[in-house]
Amino acid sequence: MKIYKYGDNVDTDVIIPARYLNAPDEKSLAAHCMEDIDAGFASAVEAGDIMVGGSNFGCGSSREHAPLAIKACGVKCVIAKSFARIFYRNAINIGFPILECPEAVDGISAGDSVSVDFERGVITNETTGAKFQAAPFPEFVTGIMNHGGLLKALKARGMAK
Amino acid sequence: MGMTMTQKILARSAGLPQVEAGQLIEGKLDLVLGNDITTPVAITEFKKAELSAVFDRDKIAIVLDHSTPCKDIKSAQLCAACREFAKEHAITHFYDVGQMGIEHALLPEKGLTAPGEVIIGADSHTCTYGALGAFSTGVGSTDMAAGMATGLAWFKVPSAIKVTLTGRLGPYVSGKDVILHLIGMIGVDGALYQSLEFAGEGVAALEMDDRFTICNMAIEAGAKNGIFPVDGKTLDYLKGRVNRDFTAFEADPDAQYTKEVAIDLSTLRPTVAFPHLPSNTKTVDEAAGKAIQQVVIGSCTNGRLKDLREAAAILRGRKVAPGVRCIVIPATQQIYLDAMAEGLVADFIQAGAVVSTPTCGPCLGGHMGVLADNEWAISTTNRNFVGRMGPTSSMIILASPAVAAASAVAGAVTDPASL
Repeated sequence: MKIYKYGDNVDTDVIIPARYLNAPDEKSLAAHCMEDIDAGFASAVEAGDIMVGGSNFGCGSSREHAPLAIKACGVKCVIAKSFARIFYRNAINIGFPILECPEAVDGISAGDSVSVDFERGVITNETTGAKFQAAPFPEFVTGIMNHGGLLKALKARGMAK
Repeated sequence: MGMTMTQKILARSAGLPQVEAGQLIEGKLDLVLGNDITTPVAITEFKKAELSAVFDRDKIAIVLDHSTPCKDIKSAQLCAACREFAKEHAITHFYDVGQMGIEHALLPEKGLTAPGEVIIGADSHTCTYGALGAFSTGVGSTDMAAGMATGLAWFKVPSAIKVTLTGRLGPYVSGKDVILHLIGMIGVDGALYQSLEFAGEGVAALEMDDRFTICNMAIEAGAKNGIFPVDGKTLDYLKGRVNRDFTAFEADPDAQYTKEVAIDLSTLRPTVAFPHLPSNTKTVDEAAGKAIQQVVIGSCTNGRLKDLREAAAILRGRKVAPGVRCIVIPATQQIYLDAMAEGLVADFIQAGAVVSTPTCGPCLGGHMGVLADNEWAISTTNRNFVGRMGPTSSMIILASPAVAAASAVAGAVTDPASL
């Protein structure tokens, strides 16, 4: 696995530029993910890689295409110091794991090997041996994630017909 | 414990007597909005989940405003999918070319947003309706799909920052300068997960169009929503637009705020934001002289009648500088008609600007004004991110309509008072 590390305020316009929003299928979104800040990302990324960002990750446009694009690239999860709120709920709603943990962001460098225990929210830097505890999700949110997304969770509750 | 305006609205929507910051609730929705970029993804999710019915066809608004009139085949296919869905579910508030305007100018104009209501929209600038004392916030397409199916959305009750406004705006200073100044003060994540609640005697002097602009860009400070108290100006605006009952909530005197910010409106200078963050603000005095090649006056932020009046007052009898392209976009058909009736459209065209049908177009680098390499634009839109309006080497300065118009005349960032 590989770490892709970015700075603060990674906005959804650079995660997936608006010029590609006219083709919202997973394959097209994945092909252009991060193109405007990291042109080589989409061709290099492999399933199981992890993205690390600073504060306010995913700010800007509400486009769900952004977490969809990252997910479609095979990225296992995003770890950031903080997430912009719409990106945060979009990731949860599509069942894509995100972890808020400033210490982990500071304690992970590009090139490190990192493992994540999603159930306990523990991030381990296998290269340095350091362990970090991410902010836990509220039970309600865990429920959505465990069902694989909001609509499946609502269906399971008999709320959506 | 006292509640903020936002907390009171959310408490009612969740059927609870009291909520507090951090609490997760499920709230009843008064309106669910989507556009031609976000609705198709919501439709896909809706179908994938094998949902069959919408909760209330009168409480869903679908506005085809982003890539319309369609810029390419792929966009046309997305609009066709929206059209088909709207027809299948007999969506009452479906706005296609001819009726559509930029969603956040259109919905209040049509009376679809009222004080005390809870509105989600699959567009980040849905926070605009806080100007009317509503709770409104941007969400994604899955939230839109879930909202259309159930009439519900989950929310974490936000804490709030209180922004106390005093004094009155000076000449050539408007709502855009207020919100850019505020974002410059607190940063692009300064209000992350929180409400921006505006208060103080300065509110009364702000026109509704200024309040819409201010709430529109609350998201650019990371806020969940921005909200203004309801006063005589709000009620005047609602007259003839909203006929249903609504509730004007007020913050409790002992409401808790995480932070208080004070702005004396009379001290504000015209303010701009340099690339690549809305928080990278300078006064027009500091920025004056920076050459630009394109000017955009419009968008959900600044495409309303007051904005066009302020731009026209500067362009009237003057000419757009050689080598500068000035694009004016009235946000709705009604605003376009009003601008024509007032002679503003003629002012723009005689000055050498172009006037476009309503569209989000250039704001997100879609169409109707995409930049080339290394070009600089001054724009009344809301984001100056890398690559937002063109290639990654293109640059955007955010500004008010008055500053944008003055800059069009001079060919460089210019204080309108200096013309």
